[in-house]
Amino acid sequence: MFELKFDANICLSCGNCDCLTRCQYMDIDRETAKTEITKIASGEDSFVLHDCVTCYACEEYCPMGNHPFYLIVERQEELDIPPLPKPLIERGIQTGIPFRGEPEIFEAKEPALCMGVFSDLMYLIQGKLFDEFSVISEDPRKMFHYFCQLMYLHYARTSVIKERLPGIIETIAKHGAREIVFFHDECYGTYDSYCSAVGIEVPFKPVHLFEYLYNKLNELRDEIQPLNMKVAYQRPCSSRLSPDKHHFVRDIFDLIGAQSVDREYVDETALCCGGTIQGQRREGSRLRSADVQERNIEDMVNAGTEVCVFNCPACYNTMAGMVSRRGIRPVYMSDLCRLAIGEEPAGWR
Amino acid sequence: MSSVYESLVEIVGGEHVSTQAEELYIYSFDLGTTEPHRPDYAVAPRTTEEIQEILRLANREKVPVAPLGGGLSLAGLALPLKGGISLDLKRMDTILEVNEKSRYVVVECGVSQGQLTSYLERHHPTLMHSEPGAPPMATIAGNMAIHGQGDLAHPYGFNSDMVNGLEVVLPTGEVCRFGSCSVSTQWYTNHPLPDVGLFLGWAGTTGIITRVSMKLFPHKSIVGAGQFVVKDENLIPEIIHKITHTEMVHDLVAYSQAIPPFSSGLHHLTINLSADSEKELAFKMELIFDDTLGHYIRSGDGGYLGFNRGLQRPQVSKTSDWRKGGGFEYVGSIMPVETYPDCYRRGREISEKHGIPYTVLGRVIGMSHAMMFSWTYAFNRADPETMDQAREALHETDDLVLELDGAIWKPGTYGQKLVMERMDPNTLNLMKKVKQLLDPNGIMNPGNWEVS
Repeated sequence: MFELKFDANICLSCGNCDCLTRCQYMDIDRETAKTEITKIASGEDSFVLHDCVTCYACEEYCPMGNHPFYLIVERQEELDIPPLPKPLIERGIQTGIPFRGEPEIFEAKEPALCMGVFSDLMYLIQGKLFDEFSVISEDPRKMFHYFCQLMYLHYARTSVIKERLPGIIETIAKHGAREIVFFHDECYGTYDSYCSAVGIEVPFKPVHLFEYLYNKLNELRDEIQPLNMKVAYQRPCSSRLSPDKHHFVRDIFDLIGAQSVDREYVDETALCCGGTIQGQRREGSRLRSADVQERNIEDMVNAGTEVCVFNCPACYNTMAGMVSRRGIRPVYMSDLCRLAIGEEPAGWR
Repeated sequence: MSSVYESLVEIVGGEHVSTQAEELYIYSFDLGTTEPHRPDYAVAPRTTEEIQEILRLANREKVPVAPLGGGLSLAGLALPLKGGISLDLKRMDTILEVNEKSRYVVVECGVSQGQLTSYLERHHPTLMHSEPGAPPMATIAGNMAIHGQGDLAHPYGFNSDMVNGLEVVLPTGEVCRFGSCSVSTQWYTNHPLPDVGLFLGWAGTTGIITRVSMKLFPHKSIVGAGQFVVKDENLIPEIIHKITHTEMVHDLVAYSQAIPPFSSGLHHLTINLSADSEKELAFKMELIFDDTLGHYIRSGDGGYLGFNRGLQRPQVSKTSDWRKGGGFEYVGSIMPVETYPDCYRRGREISEKHGIPYTVLGRVIGMSHAMMFSWTYAFNRADPETMDQAREALHETDDLVLELDGAIWKPGTYGQKLVMERMDPNTLNLMKKVKQLLDPNGIMNPGNWEVS
């Protein structure tokens, strides 16, 4: 079985314990952090395992790349401390089961793009930015064959990820593409970060969508019409698995003339959309989620945000209505980029 | 028979009568498993007066008449089981009156659920009616005639409890009005006159409902559905009891189904809320999801899945079409809420025995006074073997409903026979007298509720 590459000695010699002291959902001082991460590392119970909202952020905060978040969710599973009520966990695990036939394997020409489990969002990959792509997982009936499974980190079920992921990778690999752009950065984080952390071999090179968009927009630089919009980016949890790619958000905004607003909850201090928090087992989770959302959106409003930009469909589903009720237009990054080159994306409404 | 045809042409015009095989074919089947029954005539009247003339003719000539609304009962209730006239009422589609202050609507019998929903949204956005789970072409009057329920069943009961008045053409051609409209020009109440409720639940065997006055209800500006999930079916009755005690919910449905897999073995409660302000919504959500259901979340027995604004209507019929071939039929029943666990377990057994992915659903009626519980069986229309499997499962489920002390809702002929065998003999005898009094020649929807 695949083992997490975690070194307890790194935590023992760490002076800051940023993983826990920088957590935005638990107030933990350095001394407590040291004690608790040591307990977690040695397989003991810790309040952290009960109070973690599974925002993924500690994976980014750890300067040593020691995978504290992957460790926390593994321990939650081992010690039977589910962050969600068990019916929700069972529901989530069953959601990923394919039930409408086998995928059609075709030879994908490069460049290739994989929609993962979001085949019903094909309308987001239209126009010049995407017309060269050979698209993998474009049929919603078959999309669970391409589901990266990393959502189960929120469920503390890394066993499910490890069990299913090799088969998913095999299916994607059968399409033959050596480099694949992933529509969702959770997929990118899976193949770039998680697989490496637990020793699952990936026979293709994942490419982050934003990196691709930035490069493609540069090719189309002459067609860009500056948007002159004040934008805020709703950073998804999965983005914490690829912090080295996060700079492409600002790079794209700069390129297309979108002004990133000056706000409190941004980049490393970005707040979760609340979609997972609201269902957690801990007392008051729904209200806690509502509070996080309110603070997040209020921050956007106070900063003069006109457009809230999303990458993650789950964040979009959770927050698009909320931001629009506060006068902010929600839009996917891909659609924002299409707007910048004079196209009229269906999602811009 | 040709003289009947000529008489029908004289009544409704040649364009609205057909004896053409290809058109009669369309009227010969519904979407369920009932064997086809071809009518001799398909007739589409436009007025109450035309229906009067048609029934006088049919009564004189002893020609069966099967009234047809949207044709969506699935149980063969609108099929011409003994031939004769298929009376298609869809041309009678005028919304006659909406009274905002007294909150009621008067419609002709062919007005559909979707038509009324759209009309109210456009012209009277503060009002709504209780829309059933059927596709939007289902008619208001047809739903009344089978004691249907809709998405306001929890606070306000059966749709037939929302009747303010009826206009009915008797099998012998007379027009009767019931409720306040029988003594005034207003259709605002069905009470307090002597009750002669002889047409609701009779599936068109005692007369044809031509006009209906129906209660409307406040439509708040924010509507949405929350989802709550549990594993243990035994928790459902107590959770329903607790939620209904709050009197805050507009619709309350529990369901479980094998496909899509996320729901298999789990029970989802869909909890519809409405509000006129964010403050009202926040209060209701806290009361329901935190105060009432928080205990189950903390114990790990139940999970809050979220709240989505807006309603997808209809919901119920969408859950049924997962098997290749697109066919489904269900047994509906009116059951005590506490039977949910047995209904689920036994229904799942029947489905699995026949190799059909199980789909069950319970919609709360009133303050937990009852639920409409449905067992849905999908089949492939192009595969007679799967239709036979579904038919057998449906019959076994009819038996199960009575075994569990329930009442079959809108039963087909098999279920009707079971009900009549079990029914109190004095009640059955009274039904016979009523039927003989109103329909002496037995022309109305024969084959259904054959008490005589």
